[in-house]
Amino acid sequence: MPTPHPESWIRVTPQGLYCEPGDFFIDPMAGAPRAIVSHGHSDHARPDHGAVLATPETLAIMTARLGEGRAGRSQQALGYHQPLTVGEVRVTLVPAGHVLGSAQVVLEWQNSRIVVSGDYKRQPDPTCAPFEPVPCDVFVTEATFALPVFRHPPAGQEIRRLLDSLALFPERAHLVGCYALGKCQRLIALLRAAGWQRPIYLHGAQQSMCALYERFGIPLGELLPVPRPEKRGATVLAGELVLAPPSAEANPWARRLADPVTAVASGWMRVRQRAKARGVELPLIVSDHVDWDDLLASIAEVGAPEVWVTHGREEALIHALAGRGVRGRALHLLGREEEESGEAALDLAGEEGAA
Amino acid sequence: MSLPAFAELLERLLFTPGRNAKLALLKRWFATQPDPDRGVALAAIAGELRFSTAKPSLVRDLVATRVDPVLLAWSHDYVGDLAETVALIWPEPPARPNRPPPDLSEVVETLELLPKSEVPARMAEWLDVLDAGGRLALIKLVTGGLRVGASARLARQALADWAGQPVEEVEEVWHGVPPPYLPLFRWLEGKGPRPDPRDAPVFRSPMLAQPLEAPDIAALDHAAFRAEWKWDGVRVQAAAGPGGRRLWSRTGEDMSGAFPEILEAMDFHAVVDGELLVMREGGAVAPFADLQQRLNRKVVGPKMLKDHPAGLRLYDLLFENGEDLRALPFDTRRERLEGWFARTRPERMDLSPQIAFVSLDQLGALRDGARAAGIEGLMLKRGDAPYVAGRPKGLWWKWKRAPLSIDAVLMYAQRGHGKRSSTYSDYTFGLWRPDGQGGEELVPVGKAYSGYTDQELVWLDRWIRNHTLSRFGPVREVEKALVLEIVFDAAQRSARHKSGVALRFPRIARLRADKPAAEADRLESLMAMLEKGRE
Repeated sequence: MPTPHPESWIRVTPQGLYCEPGDFFIDPMAGAPRAIVSHGHSDHARPDHGAVLATPETLAIMTARLGEGRAGRSQQALGYHQPLTVGEVRVTLVPAGHVLGSAQVVLEWQNSRIVVSGDYKRQPDPTCAPFEPVPCDVFVTEATFALPVFRHPPAGQEIRRLLDSLALFPERAHLVGCYALGKCQRLIALLRAAGWQRPIYLHGAQQSMCALYERFGIPLGELLPVPRPEKRGATVLAGELVLAPPSAEANPWARRLADPVTAVASGWMRVRQRAKARGVELPLIVSDHVDWDDLLASIAEVGAPEVWVTHGREEALIHALAGRGVRGRALHLLGREEEESGEAALDLAGEEGAA
Repeated sequence: MSLPAFAELLERLLFTPGRNAKLALLKRWFATQPDPDRGVALAAIAGELRFSTAKPSLVRDLVATRVDPVLLAWSHDYVGDLAETVALIWPEPPARPNRPPPDLSEVVETLELLPKSEVPARMAEWLDVLDAGGRLALIKLVTGGLRVGASARLARQALADWAGQPVEEVEEVWHGVPPPYLPLFRWLEGKGPRPDPRDAPVFRSPMLAQPLEAPDIAALDHAAFRAEWKWDGVRVQAAAGPGGRRLWSRTGEDMSGAFPEILEAMDFHAVVDGELLVMREGGAVAPFADLQQRLNRKVVGPKMLKDHPAGLRLYDLLFENGEDLRALPFDTRRERLEGWFARTRPERMDLSPQIAFVSLDQLGALRDGARAAGIEGLMLKRGDAPYVAGRPKGLWWKWKRAPLSIDAVLMYAQRGHGKRSSTYSDYTFGLWRPDGQGGEELVPVGKAYSGYTDQELVWLDRWIRNHTLSRFGPVREVEKALVLEIVFDAAQRSARHKSGVALRFPRIARLRADKPAAEADRLESLMAMLEKGRE
């Protein structure tokens, strides 16, 4: 029997990628009847699906963030590397290295294999299982940082820059903007590994995910809420580290901190104008997405003759793949990281998937 | 210390908004880096390093040999800055060569000695062993224009703070010591004598004036003060003697190269303080726009020299034949200046006349009546005041004319730079005039990019995006519907502007969203405000 081309059994619909012989969507828009969810970020894990299949960690994250009852009417947990047949399709979840519980969705039907990688990275991350390349016929990838100017330095180097700044400005608090799920815990783990044993202070929005990570056995050390100053007008936490959602520095909440150095941990910080435009004083290039080199290396490793690009800078990636004899196809999936117009305000505060 | 450390310093300086934090970064640099690299970095930040062999085009050509042109173009488009694009996109060799990154001083020495034809290959070797930050520092270093938001002045301030010396002390020896300033560092660390500039022309921090506001006017003892015009040019210090000649800006930038005719006229042994102006026949002061043509030029052609001849209007005498006059009272210095001028008669220079007055009211009337080209207002100087570096309170006052104002219509908006690169922050505005067919048309009269509050900027940005008619690159043409109240210091006739008029220092005073565009001012109202020629 000839192998069917994946385009004949996986379709792009307004609601997202749909697998026909399995009758399910992958990371669909809200309210799909049956969904496989790659990871817990809000642009992938949306509320009010009927049945949800995901890793146990992702299900826990979804329940914590969306609330009981909104993270799928029924949930089915599937561990990594445990094949499950859904309809006519064999489904396997394989680590994506993006955040805790993140998975690539490996789909097999009639000898054709397609890997929907979700969001992923190749840099080591002590808070989640590393990405594993799976050979396939079609590799579905994001292209968030698909320009050759995006190369993320080793995260440890950026952590050293942060600690160096703390040493230079001991009279100032250091406020690091980072996403509550994934980036926050990774930064904490990296800081601990680099020898920062003091308490780390958290904005309220960061606390629940840190607690969840610890329940899954990832130690983060002593974490404390940001205290209120004892006197009106006084400031707190000089020389300490505070982790908060991106853009929290623009919030009146931040006025309690002692002359804060505002840092942001994101792959976008690679480009100086973007960091300048946000008024970031200490840009830290730490990303949970693949950079350009890792993107191309990953595609080469999985050896797929065809690559589908969900969102991001697909034109550059498809151009580069054409030069390597790989067919690229832009899916233009809706609802992912909002495409930047190049002049719109930065999207860091909005969609989580983007950093 | 190697380039990566310098790269980190540049990075922190660029992103650090606060002056004190920048000073802290620089002080740490001086305290922790070895010679000669700390001095090389200082020279780079102070803009005192120039290489003739490495131009931006060299970098562009180099990267073109290594990167796919389509990806390069898209990347450049995304990043904006070519040097940064190249630094980021430079393909790292699969295995980084087993060589240490170059020292700052090694880069500088190599570029000074290497034949031009060998520079590209050497640049490529360096780029191969550096990371992105190091590559950017290297490219910016060799092609000039670090633009990290730290001026030469700030660097000298940091040097002074680090050593616990007044900045004026550092200024006085600074220009007598070439990079990498080893004797300067030795002196500041208490390990060597104060470098003696001898006859080398050095910059002395100028004395600056406070703006005169209403409460100060009431308290002013007018008999103690002398008055002169505040000329609308560029304040400079001209130092000449056996050791050479220099023309300094008021922040200590060397402007000598841009004004060769002034340098030629400095055939004396003295340091004078004055206003650099474009002066036509008989000492008539040209509008500031004419002087602007001369500024920021590295090379001046003969036509420019002929059409825009520069002159110096003298305010003060700081040194005469090596004698420091700065401790003397202003009146005494003025006498010395007049005597010196009468004896020396330097070409292209004249004295800024003193204005006799009996009361402040009389002086105020003079100020308001002065709309001649080249006059910004009045200067009031205490007759008994020594020449003190900085902006001492109560000794010198500047009393600017009240600004003029018009209601103009927003026509075009352009995105700003740096922090404002995602915001429409530069505004071209126009006034109404007859279109020659019985109707009215708008003609652009100026551009403003200041004066508004942060909230007004946000509002303007949104308004512009919602009222765009067409786009040309970073510029948007908008509906002719928003009135801006513009204030400016003077209106000057200009052949280079379509409207025939140029505004001096226009800024936005208010947004007049309440006013219909048709009721904005007409060009003829502005023409009525034009400066008279020389009075």
